Order: sequence, then structure tokens, then C-alpha cells
Amino acid sequence: MQYVDHQTDQLTGLTLHTVQTKKYKTNSIVLQILRPLEGENVTKRALLPYVLQAGTNRYPSSKDLRGALDDMYGASLSVDLSKKGENQVISIRMEVANEKFLSDNTPLFEQSLNLLSEILLQPAAENGSFNEEIVNKEKRSLKQQIESIYDDKMRYANKRLLEEMYKNEPYRYNVYGEESEVDRISAKDLYTYYKGVIAQDRIDLYVIGDIEELNVKEAAEKFFTLENRGSNNIASKKDQVKPEQVNEVFEEQDVQQGKLNMGYRTYTTYSDRDYYALQVCNGVFGGFSHSKLFMNVREKESLAYYAVSRFESHKGAIFVMSGIETGNYEKAVKIIKEQLDEIVNGNITDSEFEQTKAMIKNQILETIDSSFGLTEVLYHAVVSGTDRSVEEWLNGIDAVSKQDVIDVAKKLALDTIYFLKGGSNDAE
Amino acid sequence: MQNKKFGQLEETLHYEEMDNGLKVYILEKKGFNKTFATFTTNYGSVDNHFVPPGKDEAVKVPDGIAHFLEHKLFEKEKGDVFQDFSKQGASANAFTTFTRTAYLFSTTGDVKKNLSTLIDFVQEPYFTEKTVEKEKGIIGQEIRMYDDNPDWRVYFGLIENMFHNHPVKIDIAGTVESISHITKDMLYECYETFYHPSNMILFIVGPVNAGEIIELVRSNQKEKGFKDKPPIKRIFDDEPAGAARKEHEISMPVQTPKCYIGFKENKPGRKGSDLLNHELTVNLILDMLFGKSSANYEVLYNEGLIDQTFSFDYTEEQGFGFSMLGGDTKKPEQLVDKVSEMVKAAKNAPIDQNAFERAKKKKIGSFLRALNSPEFIANQFTRYAFNSMNLFDVIPALEALSADDAERVLKSHFADEAMTVCTVRKKPS
Repeated sequence: MQYVDHQTDQLTGLTLHTVQTKKYKTNSIVLQILRPLEGENVTKRALLPYVLQAGTNRYPSSKDLRGALDDMYGASLSVDLSKKGENQVISIRMEVANEKFLSDNTPLFEQSLNLLSEILLQPAAENGSFNEEIVNKEKRSLKQQIESIYDDKMRYANKRLLEEMYKNEPYRYNVYGEESEVDRISAKDLYTYYKGVIAQDRIDLYVIGDIEELNVKEAAEKFFTLENRGSNNIASKKDQVKPEQVNEVFEEQDVQQGKLNMGYRTYTTYSDRDYYALQVCNGVFGGFSHSKLFMNVREKESLAYYAVSRFESHKGAIFVMSGIETGNYEKAVKIIKEQLDEIVNGNITDSEFEQTKAMIKNQILETIDSSFGLTEVLYHAVVSGTDRSVEEWLNGIDAVSKQDVIDVAKKLALDTIYFLKGGSNDAE
Repeated sequence: MQNKKFGQLEETLHYEEMDNGLKVYILEKKGFNKTFATFTTNYGSVDNHFVPPGKDEAVKVPDGIAHFLEHKLFEKEKGDVFQDFSKQGASANAFTTFTRTAYLFSTTGDVKKNLSTLIDFVQEPYFTEKTVEKEKGIIGQEIRMYDDNPDWRVYFGLIENMFHNHPVKIDIAGTVESISHITKDMLYECYETFYHPSNMILFIVGPVNAGEIIELVRSNQKEKGFKDKPPIKRIFDDEPAGAARKEHEISMPVQTPKCYIGFKENKPGRKGSDLLNHELTVNLILDMLFGKSSANYEVLYNEGLIDQTFSFDYTEEQGFGFSMLGGDTKKPEQLVDKVSEMVKAAKNAPIDQNAFERAKKKKIGSFLRALNSPEFIANQFTRYAFNSMNLFDVIPALEALSADDAERVLKSHFADEAMTVCTVRKKPS
């Protein structure tokens, strides 16, 4: 039996993905709306989903809309933004109880799909503008959301690393936009931008659940009345930047613990043949609790509670993160660099290697157990243009050799080290 | 092995109590790849004052020791158990709460092997002075990490405000100072007191065969020959009613202040269905008063007093309970004034029957959503069981709640003297 029963249908203006499964007590519906990162529009795009979920033509206020969701046995609605390589993706997610587990039999799925289509296509707007009051409230809220990144020092350090590392590339933009840009957006501008989104962006609709008896395709065609669009506009430029020297950036704040972030360019993305090798490389380096970073920075030297590496599949990067005493900066950086050198030099034990493969396979199978995790896995195919089944993934990981890992590790280039250090009161 | 069917949910729970008192629960989840198992002891950060088995005198142990023990249990003479799990294609973890310490793994591979590893490592402690010392550096950094997290600080600050004596106000990880006093002998003493199988629950959820799993646990436990143990003597000082401190402010480098309002439960001794009904009722009230479809939420949001981070929750366990609501806000004082007014107004008006029914429906839907998550099922089931409740009773319990009950709870729980406020904001320059 295959792991995922994934069907796609090209409808007018959007691609419908359906996955039939009896695993869940609910049905999930996810809209993914993609466009390349555009400097002038990043903040507008960040604001848009929050305005859309704040009211529709039929339910003109957030209170009305939330009341309608509550009446549908508390259907959940959430919006989010993410970067997939140099694309800015809006996600609008709904999850609704499968009526077979309820004592009454309201047709909740159709209602949900209809409501989601209204959120996207029939917003609270008139005369070529969104509702001014809604836009103002959501602008205020977005500004606070952007500020909250500063308040969470781990997220802040991560954001600052990207700004420094990708100074001249769109990947530097934060998906929530710039605080200084928020005030400049008018309800009318935003509506004009929205019309462009509806007409041009790549739109994917995922429906996951026990849906075999529902006519999902017919319902999606009925509710999502979109125009056809031209060829897909998805950014997939190869990373060509070769850092000549490591860029070290220090910043001081009143923090108890220094936040160390390091960015490596990998020159390998989802479509590449050595993508599986990169995953294994990242896993040996810092992906798990048996990895070199965890074993050395934490267990051996007791320098940190967390010392991890994460990879980005579409831009091609590995990011290392650790929280350390400010005074231990030199030591921690040295140990982290040495761990990658170890991989480059082929010092990978059989057990490290096999454990890593087992953990990666375990991770992907666990991810697809959740409907939103599954959506993310399937969406890689859209962004990269390369479709891979779960079976191919698992076999691909199995086929990686130590030499493949060494080869991919040799390509890694450390670009930027960002360190948020504590002030003078850190001297305990 | 006993089986209990929950027809409407299409779930069957398998259960057996071992001869040594260990309770084992298994929920078969067909179609999932992952199996998730938790091995949990009824022992958390609040259990810092107790009589060790075989002794007459009570001892008081350093703050943060339950969490420290959790870290150290992973280390064995032959190395780190994390490694054994990852060799076996499982990822392991653990966490400590106010009242529980849980050890867990998830795997899409060999469940039985990993389950044996889980049970064995938790039941075979190995502490040395050297490894205890090493851990102090790592946990010290964990504490620092939380010190820098304003959401954690405001949450804990609020709990500190509420309690005079109850150890729930002590940070779960302790402080750098308090953990410096921990020794291997103290860890053994806590272990001997709280890790007897009769104080623990094993929960397995995933695509497993319940009969085979029970058989494995049975023979594993038989070999170990645990002796019967008398009940644990935990000591808690009396906790006066009302909040210990009305307000508190913490300075941190944040751009947007964070403000939470808490109500301390005045009779937190419930168990079983009383506790289940009470917890559900307070949560329904919070949802009616401050949920996204409420008139109050609309006012607070429109006036710029709250944003997307606004949230609320009620929790109660043996000896302590509290509700809290709040989030990021540019105007903490106005938020507090408005919320107090809203609570006061709600206490003086009858409960709206329609809003109550809607809140119940919403809760039923969100419970079904939560049942998609093996982690939720295992963790919550265990928490419920330690408090003599059954997680799978939630829907029938919700359906049976009445607006009259809610009206009574609204008046008693949200008392003026129970209210307290904690704020995190930038130092005035």
C-alpha cells in the first residue's frame, strides 16, 4: 500500500489536491497562494491574509465570521505566511469536524469549503477598496506582530542573520514585512494588490480527510470561480553567491544568554540529485540529538542547552543555532566549525550515519501523519517543480553513501555569523 | 486486559493494571505511521516536600530537582539512552510539568524494541557526582534561555502573583543557584520516592496490536520484581485564599508590553467528574466572555488593546488552579480596566443560553480536532488519569453541562480578591 493517496486536478485558476484517508476525525482544507518575494509588496502581502480573515461580504466583521465558524462545530480558521525559497506563500487553513463523529449530520464540509471560498473571493470590500476600519485594525496588529520578533530573541537573531547574509537577495525579507512600510498601505492599494493576487498568483487547494463520498472536485469548481492564469510564476533561481570571507556581525542587548546563529550556503535545493545527501549531511551535523553539534557543543562541553542545524530546501541553506554564555563565543564557533570539518574529512561513524538515516525516514513518516504536515510535504513538489512520492524519499535517503555526504559537505560555504550578545550584566 | 469502546468516536481503549501497580493503556490507531508512547510518573516540580519511603522525617529538596532528575535519567553507565533510541529509529524526549514527569518516544519503526528501551531506562537509574555536575552547565543554559523569553516570564510572574505558599509558584527548572545544591543522593531519594510503578502510567497510541504490547509489558515488569510500596506522603503548606500579590511588573527589552490577568481558583481540591465539569465550565465561560466571536473580543480588538496573541486558559490540578488571559498589548492598564469591567458585567447578567450552546459545540469540534494528535491523546489522557478523570468522557460531560452550572461557576471563580495582573515591559528610559 502506498503511504499517501494523492490526486491532483487542474481546475480553472487553481490546482486541487485531494488525499483520501480515514486517519482523522476532521477534514482539512488548505489554500496555498504563492508569488515570488517582491520588495515593494512584501508587507502588503503579509497584511492581506489577516484582512481576508477579518470579514467577508456575508459576514462583514470578524465577530460574525467567527460566530459562523463556531456554529460549524468550532471549525478552525487560521492564516499564516512562509518563505519557500524566494517565494512568499500565504496559507489559509481550515479544519472541520467530520460529521460522522457528531450526533447531528450537518454537511459541514460543503459549508467549510464555501466559507473558505468566500474568505478568498468575497471579502468585506466596496468601491474598489477593502473596508477601511478592518484594514486599520489589522495594520495595528501586524505592526505588533513584527515587533514581537524583536521581543523573542531567538527569532530576532534568526531574522538578523538572514538580513546580514542575504543583503542583496530577496531572501533577506521577513515574511511579515517591515514595520515602517505598514503605515503606508491604504485600504485601496491593498485591494488593488489583492486583485492582482487573485488574477495571477499560483493557487493550490488541498483537501485531506475521509472524503471519498464527497464530490470535492465538483464543490471546488462551484465555489472557487477563478480566471485562468498564464504560466506559473515561481522563483527558483540558483544560489550563485560565493562568500569571499566570513561576515561576522555582533550586536549587544540586555539578554541573559547570547544567541549564536551561523548561515551556510549549500548550493543544493529540492530538485537536485544530491538533495538527499544534503539532508543526511545536515542530520549528521546538527539535526538530531545524536548529531555532532549536540554531542560536542552540549554533551561534551556543556556550552549550551540547544545547538542545532536546520536546512532550507528551496533557497539552499543550512542555519546553525545555539544559545551560549557571551564569554564562550570563540570556543563555541570553533567547535561548531570543527564539526563540519569532521564531516568533510570523512569522520562519520557508521552508527552516526545509520542513525541519521533512520531518523530522517522516521521524521518524514511522522510528518505525514498530520494533515498540515502532509500539505507541507506535498507542497515541495509545487515550489520545486519536482514531484517525489514518499516511497521515493525513503529510497533516496537509503541510497545515500558516506562519500555523497562528504561531497555535499565540501560544497557548504559559511557565509555569515551573527551573535547577539549580552551586556555587561552577563558577567556571572 | 480490559477493553472500553467509545462508539461515537470509533475508538477502543485497552487497559491493564500490572501486579506491581503500573497502569498500562493502549489506543490502536490504524492508518497512522507513528507510534507514540509516554511513560509518566505522578511527580513534578510541586512535589518538593515529602517523607521518603522507610523514613520518618520529611525532607525539602532544592527547586528544580524533578526536572534535573528527568535530564539525568537519560544518562547510563554505557552512555546516553538518546543514542539507543535513534539507533532504533525513534526520537525520544521528556518533559517536566508542575505535577508530572513524562518520558516518551515516537517511532515509525520497531515499537516493541523501543518500548522496552523506554521502560528499562526509566526503571534503571544511574546517577554519579560527575554526571550531575556536568548537567548543571547544560540546565544553567536552559534556565537562561527561559530567562530571555518574555512569554515565559510573564506566565510565571502571574503564577507567582497568585500563590502565597504553594510550590506551583516555583519555576519548574529552578534557578542556577538552587540546582547548584543538587547531589546524586538527593536524586536517588526522589527517584525512590516517586518512580515506583504504582505511581506511574504507560500510554501507547499508534498502529499497534494491544495484546502483544500488553504481553511485552507484563513479562518486562515480572522480571523486575518490584516490591509493594506504601502510599507517598507529600506535604503541602496551607494556601490562603485570594491572590498573594495584586500586581507585578518585570523589566525586559521588549517593544510591545505583555500583560496577563489571572484568577486564582479558591477551592482547588476537585477530582474526577467534579474536576472535569469544573475545568470544562470555566473554559466555556472564558470562551463565551473572550472568544473571537464574543462582543468583548471585538471591543478589545477594535480599541487596540489586544492582537492575535491574545489567549486564555483554565487549568486545575490537586491543590492549585487558575485561569489566565492576555497577550501583547500597547496599553496594559486599559486592558486590565476593560477586562475587569467585562468580568463584572458578566457576573451581573444571566448566561446567554445560545452563546452557551454555541461554546459547547465549538468545544466538541476542537476536541475532535485534538484527537487527531497521538501526542495530545497520550499526554492529556495521563494528566486526566492522575486526576481520576477519563479523557474520553469529555464529549458526554460537555453535553450534560447546563447554563445554571456556568452561572454559579462564573460568580465564584472570578472573584475580585482572586484577580492579579503581571506585565512585562521595557525599563522606562
